[in-house]
Amino acid sequence: MSARSVRRRIASGLMTGLVTALSFTAVLALVLILADLIAKGASSIDWAFFTKTPVPAGETGGGVANAIVGTGIIVGLAALISLPIGIGAGLYLAEYGSGRLGFLVRFVADVLNGTPSIVIGIFAWTWMVKPVGRFSALAGSAALAILMIPMIARTTEEMVRLVPHSLREAALALGYPRWRTSLRVVTRTALSGIVTGCLVGIARVAGETAPLLFTALGNLNFVTKVTQPMQTLSLQIYVYATGPFEEWHRLAWAAALVLMGLVLVLGIAARWVTRQRYGSVR
Amino acid sequence: MTTLPTLASPRTDRPSGGSRWDSLRGVNASDRTYKAVLTALALALPFLIVALFAQLFVSALPAIKRFGVPFLWTSTWDPVAEVYGAAPMIFGTLASSLIALLIAVPLALGVAIFLTEFAPRRLRQPVAFLVEMLAAIPSVVYGLWGVFVLIPFLRSYVVPPLKAVLGWTPFFQGVFYGNSLLAGGIILAIMIVPYIAAVSREVLLAVPSSQREAAIGMGATRWEAVWSAVLPYGRAGLIGAIILGLGRALGETMAVTMVIGNRHDISLSALQPAYTMAAAIANEFSEATTNMYLSALFEVGLILFVITVFVNAFARLLIWRVARGAAVGSKAL
Repeated sequence: MSARSVRRRIASGLMTGLVTALSFTAVLALVLILADLIAKGASSIDWAFFTKTPVPAGETGGGVANAIVGTGIIVGLAALISLPIGIGAGLYLAEYGSGRLGFLVRFVADVLNGTPSIVIGIFAWTWMVKPVGRFSALAGSAALAILMIPMIARTTEEMVRLVPHSLREAALALGYPRWRTSLRVVTRTALSGIVTGCLVGIARVAGETAPLLFTALGNLNFVTKVTQPMQTLSLQIYVYATGPFEEWHRLAWAAALVLMGLVLVLGIAARWVTRQRYGSVR
Repeated sequence: MTTLPTLASPRTDRPSGGSRWDSLRGVNASDRTYKAVLTALALALPFLIVALFAQLFVSALPAIKRFGVPFLWTSTWDPVAEVYGAAPMIFGTLASSLIALLIAVPLALGVAIFLTEFAPRRLRQPVAFLVEMLAAIPSVVYGLWGVFVLIPFLRSYVVPPLKAVLGWTPFFQGVFYGNSLLAGGIILAIMIVPYIAAVSREVLLAVPSSQREAAIGMGATRWEAVWSAVLPYGRAGLIGAIILGLGRALGETMAVTMVIGNRHDISLSALQPAYTMAAAIANEFSEATTNMYLSALFEVGLILFVITVFVNAFARLLIWRVARGAAVGSKAL
């Protein structure tokens, strides 16, 4: 074997080692962050943390019950608003989206997916907070819904496209009108995939903070009225993390661990739903 | 946080949508209604983007009229004197994103190349999943981690040697207090790695194996095959992936706001505090008591929006060019 060939083999081996090392560095970053979350957050999590509302600054104790309920309400409402629009737009793209309008909608969805969430936050403020003169959970939900619509539209389209065309032909041959074929046969077949897409979308906005700063605002009290300012876990973490008190920092880590757990549960549920149906397909 | 991007593109390779339906069955009135309803829902997306732009523009109009184009390179930001210029934020946004790209691109491309070319089969799914999980961590949690873990770490272990070696360059001047361009850039880097890695991986998967086989067949080593055949083939898509990551970095808000220092100042030193457009909006929007202050912040938002729209559109077009027709499912989460 010539020296040149040996050199080339060594170079190949080195580069293989390098990309392997880079990959494990990325994984290491994840492991470090999760480990810190557990190390610094787990000890503060007890029953009171889930059932109590925040105490005034300087006092110890208190929990994030209002933030957990608020996250549920705001995100749930955002899902209610965005699911019909997102799924409908996704169905349009899959069923009728081969033309110019389809291209445009697809392109706009992808561009909107990359729009900074803070920009959507001030947009929602202008339309939903400024006219009524009051911050509200509803405005926060609207901002999150705007973030979710393009995501859900694209995943729905992907999932509906996976449905074999023969199913459609069979339904039409049996005399089903097109719309019933689309809704009862095609969409039902793709349902688990669509649910997965929706759960992923919900998981993604559940951790959002920036669009809620000027819409839901945050609230130290326990509120369930959507016309009131409302707390979410993400807003609570922001306030606690940037505050001056040790006690707040401790609670911020605990709240971050809870939020991370919530996002992961939604993410795992999303995968589990699809696994039921397609088995190995991913 | 939004979903991981996918490569899905308008498919021209297989008939779908309207054309296929038309050949199958006649249309009745309820079919037309169904199509009309779906079309109306789909139109919500173009409507949204137009409404976003129009509203931001209208809200920013007083500031645009008052300060004109020099808004972009004026570095005064004085709410008392009502003089606003966005230069420090534009600089900070670009600088922090540049640092993020410098760190994230080698990492993410390394991940993508490892996963498609070198990793043992049973490692591929788990490693891909773990890297994608970085995208699932909320921005505010990254910020929390940045404030209490990353910055102390930088202060004790990274900045002293960095200053010892590179302290003479303008990029590492001054005292390091923690909140800085460097901290912002590093946090951003970790946040955009999963995006760049996910898209790059799909681009590399879309490279036909004949490219690899041909290179190996001509006697190339595995790395030479990757370097001389696979990467050039996917070049446009990889650049698209990187630009997509850049788009994320430009608009990222919470984590950056928490670690970058939020100072209206232009300093070449990565150790000094800086500001980004998104951070300025997040920090100052609720304190903006005058209409001109608010309008100036809206103009910052408008600039940010327009930049990210262009960056994303450009990235999409590049990616679509490579992966057109590739049947890539949603790899979100």
